[in-house]
This record gives sequence, structure tokens and C-alpha cells, in this order.
Amino acid sequence: MADRPASAFDEMHANGVIRPPYAEMARFLEATGQDALDQKRREAEVLFRRIGVTFAVYTEGGDPERLIPFDVIPRILSREEWERLSKGLEQRVRALNAFLADVYGPQEIIKAGRIPAELVRENEGFLPQMVGFTPPGGVYTVISGIDLVRTGPDEFYVLEDNCRTPSGVSYMLENREAMLRLFPDVFTRHRIAPVSHYPEELLETLKSLAPPGCDGGPKVVVLTPGPYNSAYYEHSFLADEMGVELVEGADLFVRDRVVYMRTTAGPQRVDVIYRRIDDEYLDPEAFRPDSALGVPGLMAAYRAGNVALANAPGAGIADDKAVYPYVPEMVRFYLNEEPILSNVPTFMCERESDRDYVLANLDKLVVKLARGSGGYGMLVGPHATEEQRADFAQRIKARPGDYIAQPTLALSTVPTLCDSGIAPRHVDLRPFVLFGRTIRIVPGGLTRVALREGSLVVNSSQGGGTKDTWVLDDAPPAQGQSQSAAGMRQTMGGMSQGMGGMTQIMGDMSQSLGMPAPDPTPAAPANDTPRGDR
Amino acid sequence: MLSRTADSLFWLGRYSERAGNVARGLAATLRMALLADPLSAADEEWRALMIATGCEPAFRTRHEVLAQEAAIQWLTLDAENPAGIAACVEAARRNARTVRTALTVDMWEAINDTWIEFRRLDSSAIKGDRLPGFLDWVKSRTLLFNGAAADTMLRDDAWRFCHLGTVLERADNTARLLDVRHAAFEPGAAADAANYAQWQAVLRSVSALRAFQHVYHARLDPTQVAELLILRPELPRSLLACYRRVEQTLDSIATANGGARGECHRLAGAMHAKLRYGRIDGLLAGGLHEFLTGVIDQNITLGQEIGRLYLNGRQP
Repeated sequence: MADRPASAFDEMHANGVIRPPYAEMARFLEATGQDALDQKRREAEVLFRRIGVTFAVYTEGGDPERLIPFDVIPRILSREEWERLSKGLEQRVRALNAFLADVYGPQEIIKAGRIPAELVRENEGFLPQMVGFTPPGGVYTVISGIDLVRTGPDEFYVLEDNCRTPSGVSYMLENREAMLRLFPDVFTRHRIAPVSHYPEELLETLKSLAPPGCDGGPKVVVLTPGPYNSAYYEHSFLADEMGVELVEGADLFVRDRVVYMRTTAGPQRVDVIYRRIDDEYLDPEAFRPDSALGVPGLMAAYRAGNVALANAPGAGIADDKAVYPYVPEMVRFYLNEEPILSNVPTFMCERESDRDYVLANLDKLVVKLARGSGGYGMLVGPHATEEQRADFAQRIKARPGDYIAQPTLALSTVPTLCDSGIAPRHVDLRPFVLFGRTIRIVPGGLTRVALREGSLVVNSSQGGGTKDTWVLDDAPPAQGQSQSAAGMRQTMGGMSQGMGGMTQIMGDMSQSLGMPAPDPTPAAPANDTPRGDR
Repeated sequence: MLSRTADSLFWLGRYSERAGNVARGLAATLRMALLADPLSAADEEWRALMIATGCEPAFRTRHEVLAQEAAIQWLTLDAENPAGIAACVEAARRNARTVRTALTVDMWEAINDTWIEFRRLDSSAIKGDRLPGFLDWVKSRTLLFNGAAADTMLRDDAWRFCHLGTVLERADNTARLLDVRHAAFEPGAAADAANYAQWQAVLRSVSALRAFQHVYHARLDPTQVAELLILRPELPRSLLACYRRVEQTLDSIATANGGARGECHRLAGAMHAKLRYGRIDGLLAGGLHEFLTGVIDQNITLGQEIGRLYLNGRQP
């Protein structure tokens, strides 16, 4: 283990000892061996392909429906670790929501001088259409995905907030199902907090936002851009699990500011829309007139209080990368609390002093577009060439407001099954927070793993994979720990090569797992008319 | 149910059935083509099949001569042929994918596995000895899908629209398979070996060669073969059996959707009644070809009317 950099915290194997949450897993891995694990990995792939859990990647040729690689070794958190994260997540989401209610209302945080006015009002994520309107229940961020990274036993950082249409929760659920099928024995030896009730929690949360007086219970639908969207599988999965209709824009219409869907029995009223379409495509009458994905008149119905939208349009201002540095301040301002989860220190190139620092330290920093997603358009300083750094320096000077920079963090690793054996790979974590009348967080989340050795980019569009994420309900039995630790050292012998230079921050994570540019739904081939004359 | 969902289910049923039917037609034709002259003229056989599947004009734009190999390629693996097996599998899977939420896991796997397997095929899969096995495989995939639907689906609108597509397509197919060999059924057609082979081929293509013996206990007779395929309620692929189910299914759809009925109900009822109370002599009096052409045309109209009432999204 000598050449393992001291800076990379391995969640299983820290300082030569197996950490308690992984004790049983270490024993299992040692007893199982590479061949059996490889076999499980192949079974997992067949399983995912059969179920059709795929992800479309647009920039590449070849198979348009790719699997996101699934790693069979889970990422494990103790109950204690989770409790702290969970409190921090709830606090953060409450603050983000309070911020949204404020900037579309009295704007007290601006008046108090805690955040620059132009940062809010001139932000692309700020929707003037939402000013002075309170969404149902006062909730903007009904579903959020908060991206966390870890650098030590107790050090977690928020890398990014996702307040628009965060995706990935279907992988959290399907990964668990796959693990239950592949490793039933392992589950009997752990007490793992379940996640499978997420769809019910989501449905309850959505129903709690319905306008008053729905006949026969609120009618909830999931609104998707269609089968050509990269996250379509997730849209259909969630609709299915909740037992609600999966609709496209053309299935809905608005009459007298009430939303209906077209059914075989005629029009049927819709009360709550879980929309997985970006703000600007929601309603051609209110936003982009060329959007074929949306529903004309939807915003008018929304503003009349006749339908709830989750998440609220305009919620994106809260997860803007330029607004991100102010989130700890929001926690203090709105909740009078100290933030439980830390931010990664962020330099805003717009500020002269920050810019000078960034330009002088490009080899140590990660530079990102303030409004990019999917890990595109970023510079990983320590891994970049001299030319790439010079190129970015030019871009920063030309448009400083477009860029932010963050120091490189020593991201945690988790053992991962690679072609050469089990090896440490960098991970992040996206837990999902549901906000209706109450806040609900299913214990777990989506762990994304950078499969390439030394890589920190976990985006599924950039070769990242996923792992099941376990929250243990109690500490695993302590006996035999030292033995297995010794054994593990052997197993992990092959894990340490090439770990140098991995102390940098992960790529930003895509909001919607890579929603493609403008109109992501090419016209689907139409069903043919019946075969014609002979 | 969403109109768009109903539309996808309906077409899923149709395309899945159509893939199997093209395989059935092909297997029968292949058998006929293998019989040497004077029992059959191979070129005529392939031309007839092309016409039956409605894809002759498009084939003609690509090939000057109707050679067996080109015809097989066109009907099986060539995705350019909208009526070929490849396009049917693709379209069935595309429709299934958009209505995943309305399908059972078994149905989805039946369709998706077929699609996955199909993408792995290369042109050697339809060469020589391997062709009959390939056609059996396609047929068995459609049977698996139908079985999965029948055995696992809730009897709600999802089932009804999918099943409606299946039986409407099947009626269309039976009419086409019979029509393509109508000459062998004309009055005065000789009971010679060539025509006998034609009658056999028709029965074989709807898996009814043994069924004929069970129903009639006699040597093949053209009128009885036609009767079996058109009017016998016992044969699941007869026109009568198909239209009975079309009418029943449309009825239960109306009941489940507020009771309103439309032109599609009247058409289906009229066609069912004509078959139910018709006699083979009467139907054949104006000519088998004329009768079957009428059925195929009405079937097209019926499909359009179903679309108008349920699938295209009525808006008040």
C-alpha cells in the first residue's frame, strides 16, 4: 500500500484497517474471488439489458442504447454517517427552497446585501414569469438531487445542487434489485435500509401538492420529452412504479386554464405534473415558441392554481453554479443555523482577485463553466497539458463571468471490480430529497464511480458507472475483523498501482444525465397506415 | 387510457402479429418453390408472396428480377422493407418501448429479446438450410408474445387494444394468404397435384393442415379449405373467428370508456354478421378474389375508424 497517496481516503480500507461498515463485505470479497465476481458482473449485464435499463448517448456512434456500467461491489455507509448527511441534506434543501420563495417574492436576501442583486436578476435561471407567484404548498424544489463527495471519515462536501429535474433515482432502485438477485446471501449477512419505497414516497409527495377540490383524488402524471430522451427509461420506470400515466406534451391540452389529457374515453383532468422537461420547453406560449415538447397554455393553468408542477419553473436559479457559493449563506440567513454540509471553496472568475488567483494556479484547479453540465467544457488543471491550460486562460480572460474554479479535492475511493481485479475507484453520491408537506429522504442514493483508473469524472456520459449504495441499519458483527483485514491487504495488493495524481475534483454532474441540445425529440417514425391496395 | 398509449398498444399487437405472419407466408412459399415444375413455378410463387405482403412495388424499384434470394432478403432482414420482418420487429419494439408502463415484464422481454437477438443476425442466418429454422424462430417469438399477453395481462384497456391489433392484423393476413392463391380455388380448378399443393400450402401457412382433417375427415377440397379459413368458428385464424374477437373487443372497449360507440363498431358488427350468417357458396358466388379484396379493403377502413374514435386523441 506504500504507493497509495495518503490523500485519497478509501472508504473500505483506511490506514491499513477495514473500516467497520465494510467488515462483512471484505470477508465476502476475499472468500468469493475474482472469477466468481466476474461471473456476477456478466449476469448483471444480462439482467440490465433484459430489463431494458439503458441510457442513450448521443455523441457516439454504435449502440444508441447503452448500459451504464454497473459495479457489483456496493458502497456502504453506516447509519451514523447517513444520519448526519440526512440532516445536512434536509437543512440545505429547506434553505434552497426559502431562497427561491424569497427571490421570486420580497428579495430580502438581496436587500440585506448577502447576495449580489445582478447575480440573481440577470441570471438565465431566473424566470420573470414566476415573480409574485407562490407555487402550491410554497414548494419549489419538490425533488432535488444533491451531489456529495467525500474526502475523509467525516468530511463530506456538496459539489452541486440539482433543483430542476435531477435524474438517476431509477438506477438507485434498479441497482438494489439487481444486487438482491445476484447476492441474496450477502443481504442476509447485513441489515440494509430498504430503498424500494421511494416511488410511494414520491407519489405521496406529489399528491400533497394537488390543487384543492380534485374529484376522486388527485390525478398525477409524469411528463416526458419522449423515448428519445436519454433518461426516458427512468421516466417510464417512475410512472410505472407510481401507477400513473406517462404523458408527452401532445397528450395534454389546456382549456379554460385547466389541464386535460387525451384518453380513449375523452378528456380527463390532470392535477399534478411531475415534469421531466426543461423550463424553456414547458409551454410555447410562455417560453420557447418553437418547443414541440410542451403544452400551450400550461403556465396560465399553473398560475391560475389549477395544476401543480414539480419542480416549479424557475427553480434552476437555486442550483446555478454562480449562486452555489452563496448556499451556506442562505442557510444562515433563512434558517439561522450553521450549515451541516460544507461547500467546496469556489473561485468566481468574475471577481478580479479570484480571477488573478485562478489564472496563476490553473495547474492546481478545476475550472468549470458556470452553466455547463455533463462534464463537458471543463479543465482538470493537474491533468491538463500546458496548451490546454493556456487555452482555458484565454477563455477565462475573454468571458470571466462564464467560469468558476475549485481546488482539487482528494476524493474518496471504493473498491471496484475492474478487468485487472479489485481496485479503488473514485466515487460521488447523489441522494434524493423529496419535499412536499414534509421532507422525506430514502436512505441511500446513486453512487457514481469513475471506472477509468485515476479518473475523477463519474458522468455516465463520460464513462462513469454506478454502484448500489447501502446504509446499514446497525453495525455489523465485530468478530474476525482483524483477520479479514490481514487477508484484505493481500487482496488489495493489486489495487494500488497508478493512483498518483488523483487529487482533484470530479467533473460536474449532469442535471438530467445529459439532456441533449435544443429539441431532443426527433419525430418518431409514425406507425404505418394499413398496407394499401394490392 | 391515453390515446397515444392505446395507439402504441394497437400497433404493437399488429406488428408483432405481422412479423409472425410474414414468416408463415414465407415458409409456405419456400415449400412451394422447392417443389419442381410442373407443380409450381418458383418465380410465380415469390411474386405472389410479394403481392400478398404488399411490398412488391418497393421491391421492384430495387430489383429487376424477382430472384428467390433477393426476395428472401427483402422479406426478412432488409430493414428498408416496411412490410418485412426486420421492420416489423423494429416497429413492435419501438411501440413496446413507448408503452413499457402498460406491458407486463413477460411481454416486454418477449419483444425486447427478439429485438436484441435480431440485431445480432447477419445474412448467413437466412441462407440455405438455416432459413426454415429462422422462420420457425420468428413464428415462435410471435407465439411467445401472444402467450405472454394472454397469460399475464390484466384484462383492462391495455390488453384490449393490444389484442384488437393482433386479431385485426390476423384477419387481414388470413385474407391475404388465401387471396394470393385464389386461382387454385376458382370453380373448375382441377383437382390435380399442382392445385392440391396450393391448398396444402394455404392450410400450412395458418397451421391448419391437421385441423382440416379434424373438421372434415376428408380429402382436401377447395371449397372446404376456403370455408375453413373464412367461416369456421373453431379455427382461431379463420376470418369469422378473428372478426368475432374484433367485435367483442371493440364492445368491451366501448363499455370501459363511457359507452360511446362509433363507425368502427358498426363496421365490425356488419363484417362479423356477414361471416357469421354467410354460406360459402354465397360468398364464393361473386368470386373468391372479389370477396377477399372486399374484406381487405373493409379491414383497412375499420382500422382507420378505430384510429379516429380511440387512437388519435379526440379533443372536444
